[in-house]
Amino acid sequence: MAEKNKCGQDCVQLSEIDVFIDKLEQQGSLEGKLIAILHKAQEILGYLPEEVQSHIARRLSLPPAKVYGVVSFYSYFSMIPKGKYVINVCMGTACFVVGADKILEEFEKQLGIKAGQTTPDRQFSLYALRCVGACGLAPVVVINEKMHGKVTLKDVSRIIDEYKEGDGR
Amino acid sequence: MSKIKSASQLVELKNKYAAEILLRNTTETPVVSDAEPVGTVKKHVLVCSDTGCLAAEGSAIYDALVSEVKNKGLENEVDIVKTGCFGFCEPGPCVKVMPDDVSYMRVSAKDAEEIVTSHLQGGKYVERLFFKDPRNEKLISKQNEIPFYKDQVRIALRNCGLIDAARIEEYIAQDGYQALSKAIFDMASDEICTLVKDSNLRGRGGGGFPAGTKWQHTMRSPGEKKYVICNADEGDPGAFMDRAILFGDPHSVLEAMAICGRAIGADEGVIYIRAEYPKEVKRLEYSIKQAEEMGLLGENILGSDFSFKISLTLGAGAFVCGESTALLNSAQGERGEPRNKPPRTADKGLWYKPTSLNNVETFACVPPIILKGAEWFKSIGTQSSPGTKIFALAGKINNVGLVEVPMGISLRKVIEDIGGGIKGGKKIKAVQTGGPSGGCIPEDLLDIPVDFESLDSVGSMMGSGGMIVLDEDDCMVNVAKFYMDFIVDESCGKCTPCRVGTKRLLEILEKITTGLGTEDDLKELESLSNVVMSTSLCGLGQSAPNPVMSTLKYFKDEYIAHVRDKICPSGACAHMARYSILEDKCIGCTVCVKVCPVDCISGERKALHVIDQDKCIKCGACMDRCNFDAIIRR
Repeated sequence: MAEKNKCGQDCVQLSEIDVFIDKLEQQGSLEGKLIAILHKAQEILGYLPEEVQSHIARRLSLPPAKVYGVVSFYSYFSMIPKGKYVINVCMGTACFVVGADKILEEFEKQLGIKAGQTTPDRQFSLYALRCVGACGLAPVVVINEKMHGKVTLKDVSRIIDEYKEGDGR
Repeated sequence: MSKIKSASQLVELKNKYAAEILLRNTTETPVVSDAEPVGTVKKHVLVCSDTGCLAAEGSAIYDALVSEVKNKGLENEVDIVKTGCFGFCEPGPCVKVMPDDVSYMRVSAKDAEEIVTSHLQGGKYVERLFFKDPRNEKLISKQNEIPFYKDQVRIALRNCGLIDAARIEEYIAQDGYQALSKAIFDMASDEICTLVKDSNLRGRGGGGFPAGTKWQHTMRSPGEKKYVICNADEGDPGAFMDRAILFGDPHSVLEAMAICGRAIGADEGVIYIRAEYPKEVKRLEYSIKQAEEMGLLGENILGSDFSFKISLTLGAGAFVCGESTALLNSAQGERGEPRNKPPRTADKGLWYKPTSLNNVETFACVPPIILKGAEWFKSIGTQSSPGTKIFALAGKINNVGLVEVPMGISLRKVIEDIGGGIKGGKKIKAVQTGGPSGGCIPEDLLDIPVDFESLDSVGSMMGSGGMIVLDEDDCMVNVAKFYMDFIVDESCGKCTPCRVGTKRLLEILEKITTGLGTEDDLKELESLSNVVMSTSLCGLGQSAPNPVMSTLKYFKDEYIAHVRDKICPSGACAHMARYSILEDKCIGCTVCVKVCPVDCISGERKALHVIDQDKCIKCGACMDRCNFDAIIRR
């Protein structure tokens, strides 16, 4: 409890990761489970800061460099915190040929950030994503879990407002 | 649910469940049973609940139909069923009423009441929701009379859009797990391998390697512990057939993996699935649990001495992990960098144990082959490429969706008849197949048959089955640049030709598309492409220059226009665009003068306006605002 007070929220979340690692350990060996653990950690924290990577490395008896090597290899893992709403603009071929690049540009313009960045108020993060497999709806924008299909340039500000005002629903 | 303990018990269950879905019987998709319909239910309303239709309010339609049926007191007569993908995504959301075989398109939740009162209660079909053939305005109600479906043959997609895949009972009704039962009780390991080998089922992930040969090799490879891996890392942008199968018919993949395990002597299977598919991950987890509870996976399957368990491993967003050896490393929790070959995966795969690794679509073809035999499979498709292939039709085509066609069909038939031709009456320029590893096939080669060899021979490849149709507005240099940009992002960095070579290729393409290219650059593109192809370690690098090579081969004139005349013929390359005002259309309204951010348009009211090409920054604002279509971009 004393420890919890000292480091606050982060410690609670680290212990959540530990619970997950303990569970995996009980089921068998931890060998080969690094990516699964990183997925869980990112699910809990929203991103994978250095301290968390070091913590996981200690738990798995791996050099931190190895963990960092894996985190930096995969585009799914992020070392910077994400916004409340994560806007993923699909840049698969089907979306690209119907103008997804221009949709992405419009989001960049309206939010004032580049793809891969988060707005200063931590409301929005913007990413270009590889195919989400909804080519029938191209161009597609996925915000958190919700999919927006056949998006036009005019829709962009409306979509952003929808999340700003309605808090996303 | 209690465990099924024998083959005969499974047959009993099948007959019981088949009777429950007998209403969905059509000549094209026969429900396999001679059972009589049971109960009071007279109609099944199938609602597509896969990604495409779901995003366009699919779940709201289901909910509306359920509540409407309840309102009218029809719960005992009508079942509303959530199914997987119907394939025809363009006019989605789709709903189908069986046994009437009436398909409704572009359905919204508001239509639920009319469907229920008019069709289900009154027997009068809702004609305004029928498919309307854009070519002759004809309304079509029966699925198989819609041109999109006419030439399709569904093997891998046999249950998609027909059953509720969340209910294992419906898969069992469709002969599910009968092939596994046959493999366990009636066939020796070698027999299974030989049967699959005889069918000449080739890898649907793109490589086209015969699955049976792979199985046999793994079976004969020495070792106690062996693995079956299903490659569900569908990273090819524009392809979504694996996703559709995993959502719409997950048990067909689980069953086939168990059959493979039985054939090669493995007791463990792993599905490596991309994290971008959370809905399918959940569905697979649930399906595995269901199958274990019924004794169709896990210990002592169907009461035999054969045990097989399946687990999931999530990818983390790396295209290269679709390459088999990179996938193995990633599945071991490492960076997804490819390994040197040999040793082959069949000898040293996951944890360096003998492993058979097949793609989702390949697995989905296995159960019918086991049940119907190699000759049946070979009777479909061509001699060297038997069976069917699923393509994801997308791009500038009218009928976007998933199609499964017999191999050997011509590309033109797929695009014009099934795909319904090009959007907006434009002219087709090329078809891109095989994703970032494939190439662009020009219009005059569209009569080639679709099979592994033919696509290779024109500089493209089958790949996982993405088929992107490009029209006259698409710049082929820009398309090549798009794929190269993708590859540069996704190259794992292990070997130099791919890591550095693709980056240099991209830089040259960027130079060309911004109007700074020279004719020497084209030679450089070609020679560097050859180096990357011949010296890269894995399939990703070896095929990475394909989009460049194929566009250079078939669309050289476009490259020449870019480097010699500094013009992008299709007007897609923004930097090279040239805006001009048409004399006969400009009325001199001065809107463009006001909107131009750099004041490069001059002209008096009611007189022709002129754009100063030296000052123009090619933003296109004038063209967007002109109300008279007087400004053109070239």
